[in-house]
Amino acid sequence: MQRVYLYSRYERFWHWTQAFLILFLALTGFEIHGSYRLFGYESAVSLHNNAAWILIVLIIFTIFWHFTTGEWRQYMPTMENLRAQMEYYVTGIFRNAPHPTKKTTLSKLNPMQRLVYLGLKILFIPVMVISGIIYMFYRYQFDGAIQSLGFEDLGLVAAIHTLGAYILLAFVVVHVYLITTGHTLTSNLRAMITGWELLEEEEEEEERSI
Amino acid sequence: MKNIAPFVLSVILPLVVITIMLRDATRDNTILENLREEYSIPHIPSVDHSKHAELQRDFTNPHEITETCLSCHTERGKEVLGNAHWNWEREAYIEGRGVTYLGKKNLINNFCTGILSNEATCNRCHIGYGWSDHTFDHSNPLNIDCLICHDNSGMYDKARGGAGYPVPGLDFQSIVQQVGLPRKDNCGYCHFYGGGGNNVKHGDLENALLTASWDVDVHMSAEGAGLECSDCHTTRNHQMMGRYYGVSSDNSMRATCEDCHTNLPHVQKTLNEHAVTVACQTCHIPVYAKVNPTKMHWDWSTATDRRDGEPYEVLDTLGNLLYTSIKGDFHWRQNAIPGYVWFNGTADHHLISDIIGENDSVIYINTLFGEAGDPGSRIYPVKIHTGRQPYDTEYKTIIQAKLWDKDPGMGALWVDLEWEEALAAGMEYVGMPFSGQYDFIDSKMFLMINHMVSPSDQALQCEDCHTRTGGRLADIQGVYIPGQSTHSAIDFFGITMLILALSGVFFHAFLRFFASRKTNK
Repeated sequence: MQRVYLYSRYERFWHWTQAFLILFLALTGFEIHGSYRLFGYESAVSLHNNAAWILIVLIIFTIFWHFTTGEWRQYMPTMENLRAQMEYYVTGIFRNAPHPTKKTTLSKLNPMQRLVYLGLKILFIPVMVISGIIYMFYRYQFDGAIQSLGFEDLGLVAAIHTLGAYILLAFVVVHVYLITTGHTLTSNLRAMITGWELLEEEEEEEERSI
Repeated sequence: MKNIAPFVLSVILPLVVITIMLRDATRDNTILENLREEYSIPHIPSVDHSKHAELQRDFTNPHEITETCLSCHTERGKEVLGNAHWNWEREAYIEGRGVTYLGKKNLINNFCTGILSNEATCNRCHIGYGWSDHTFDHSNPLNIDCLICHDNSGMYDKARGGAGYPVPGLDFQSIVQQVGLPRKDNCGYCHFYGGGGNNVKHGDLENALLTASWDVDVHMSAEGAGLECSDCHTTRNHQMMGRYYGVSSDNSMRATCEDCHTNLPHVQKTLNEHAVTVACQTCHIPVYAKVNPTKMHWDWSTATDRRDGEPYEVLDTLGNLLYTSIKGDFHWRQNAIPGYVWFNGTADHHLISDIIGENDSVIYINTLFGEAGDPGSRIYPVKIHTGRQPYDTEYKTIIQAKLWDKDPGMGALWVDLEWEEALAAGMEYVGMPFSGQYDFIDSKMFLMINHMVSPSDQALQCEDCHTRTGGRLADIQGVYIPGQSTHSAIDFFGITMLILALSGVFFHAFLRFFASRKTNK
């Protein structure tokens, strides 16, 4: 086994800020949805909108980071080992079988992670951001009047935004559980906090990503 | 740790700065301050009428006063002859009816039901002298009562049952020397007492507005803007801005909040955006009838009851009339919460000639047009006055009853207490047939709530509408209200998915736990 610096400072900052923001957006968002009363409606809307702006800026920074570091390649989908990874969660994990995918600095994600995270990046997060921005700006004040984006009812936008929120929450539940399936129960969590994880020896020495 | 500074400078600081720049920045709003300044300048009349030679005499006949007014204000008479305060009707196009000539002159309501055959008493509130029946001459400017609107002495008064003529014994010489622009008490002389008593009809117009506190009405209160009615109901050539949809039908000449406050009055943009769907009054008049109760229900069907052969009255502990033999049963409400409806500024009315449909259980005295999705429609607060009033079961029309006469035996309900004769006399006057068969039918009337605007800190709060149950707009259809509206299929799907995810995770963890215990053994 070898101690490897897997997650750079920015990656960890991004991950934990995004995690906090998504949970906070869910908390305030479901209050706006009318599911419960916590901050009060007006505060909930204000907190939700401000958190949304922070998340959008964070996302823009992170897109930049992905491309400048080449980390975007981590999310290229692959069918290789996908079936083995699924079988591992269904059967292998109970027999203490080895992980089917080796974690390396160049390939930090198993094929299931690649697929799910790519789905988040190119489908679910953009849908939430775009529906959220439409929600905020379906009416906007400009040029001495209230302008419209061309529709008068929020129903459809709200439906999409709410559905996306439920899907993201379900992702968080499964994600939080699956990080306990590493080498030890907490090795993945530690790695995302410190950046360092104990990995099996890599076959070739690779240059570390920044 | 020595790398923390560049990280903060290159990542966190720009993130914070950009986010702050994107936030909805608040700005100063000077609209309200400018209005306060503008309306704090008192009006100084250009004329002192007590110095006019023409007015240094006494008058015995009110028509002479009008003649004297018109001798200087030569064109004003023609202006008044063309206005709705004089004619009590307007030309208006109504969807489904075409061009109509409707107004208080010929419409029914569910308070005293209508003026026809009752003009001599109802038309005490006409700005003229002598409209006691059909024969009144609307083309004679000498019939105009200038004083009811322009008396600033507070001494002028019209006689009960006098068809608009003043009470006898007034000091006309003193009164005519104190004329000026209409004040609240001039307008209120009629508009506060519609329906036969203070605040009976409108609920947001009553004599408490003469001495209103800031909490009751920010505009008319002396602690607030101290406005006169005509500051908002601006008037040019005796044409007043403002509509009452108990008698009006079209979307023109309305006096609106935006006339003064603009369409962007709030500092918070979100609130300005609400005003596309929600009228100002909806949030800013959370309750009406704040000082005295208003009538909510009038049941004519119980009228004419007698005790020991005599008519009687029943009062509640606060002195409100609950029953009177001449009018029937009443319900009153104070600090009333309005109903809310879509409204686009146009309305229809149930005409006395309209046939009641076989299945109609309720007559809509007036219908406010408007619906979700119509860009001209917004959600407005209304007082909904319900009634139960006579109709002809044979001819299926609402019946206009004759209520008042100065003499007994003329068929007047309030004098003789006989329904059949009152109905027959009323319909004969109207010129419509009466079968002699009658019953009572439920009716609804919608009165817009526009006055008694509360201080901003008492306006509705977000939660008053954005709440899952019991919101102010719970009955409003056709618009998605976050916090109130839901898509039940999406909530069902989402919650089911969350439950499945959680139970799947727990089930998996449970299996892993037992598998690892087995392996360890």
